Amino acid sequence: MTNQFAADRTLDARGLCCPMPSVKTALALEQMEPGQIIEVLTDDPVSKRDLPVWAQSTGNELLGMEEDGKTIKIYLKKA
Amino acid sequence: MDSALQKKGSVTIVLFSGEMDKALAAFVIATAAASMGMAVNIFFTFWGLNAIKKEGGLIKGRNWMQKMLNAMNYGHAKKLALSKLNMLGAGPAMLKAMMAQKRVPSLHEFIKTASAMGVKFYPFEMSMSLMGLKKEDFLDECQDVIGAVTYLSIAKETGINLFI
Repeated sequence: MTNQFAADRTLDARGLCCPMPSVKTALALEQMEPGQIIEVLTDDPVSKRDLPVWAQSTGNELLGMEEDGKTIKIYLKKA
Repeated sequence: MDSALQKKGSVTIVLFSGEMDKALAAFVIATAAASMGMAVNIFFTFWGLNAIKKEGGLIKGRNWMQKMLNAMNYGHAKKLALSKLNMLGAGPAMLKAMMAQKRVPSLHEFIKTASAMGVKFYPFEMSMSLMGLKKEDFLDECQDVIGAVTYLSIAKETGINLFI
């Protein structure tokens, strides 16, 4: 399944646990332009809850979330 | 952090304890807060100073009491005990192996990440002079050596204050 959000960048954070998915996402977004979309891959169940909260508190937009087996794909748009 | 991650609140942590588990707790919170764009300051005092000491230099200090204290309290980010189940060093070794297996960063890596994300480290002056330690004894990532008044002036403007 191709992603529906046409991500500009994919961050593979699988195998990492709290707080690294948020930390890596923040560092990756820092190198991106406003309006660009990042796809974050994680298999950490906590990140499913943490990354949307992270997006809300940093003002970056959560576009959507998909589950593909154990992998959770989270799409964020840089503010 | 750039403009898109404007500072959203702030966290101030006093790390008083010198154990690896407690230092890890401080750095997990610090890096998570930094990722949220928060301003993070960590103040290291007393045993907590060990977390930001450079490796090496067993004998530090001016008089024999300071030298003895520093030799017996030798430690740095890669060499800290646990607050429970230390088992003469077997505990930290096992925890490090378990952390590597779970891809949890080591304390040393957390310190590098935190610093790269703009977390500020301040050693406390009073503990340092008591123990006979100098600024050069600490990692280059450290900011100025500060006193209690500077800490309080930052802490009173901070939303989240933790003492670990």
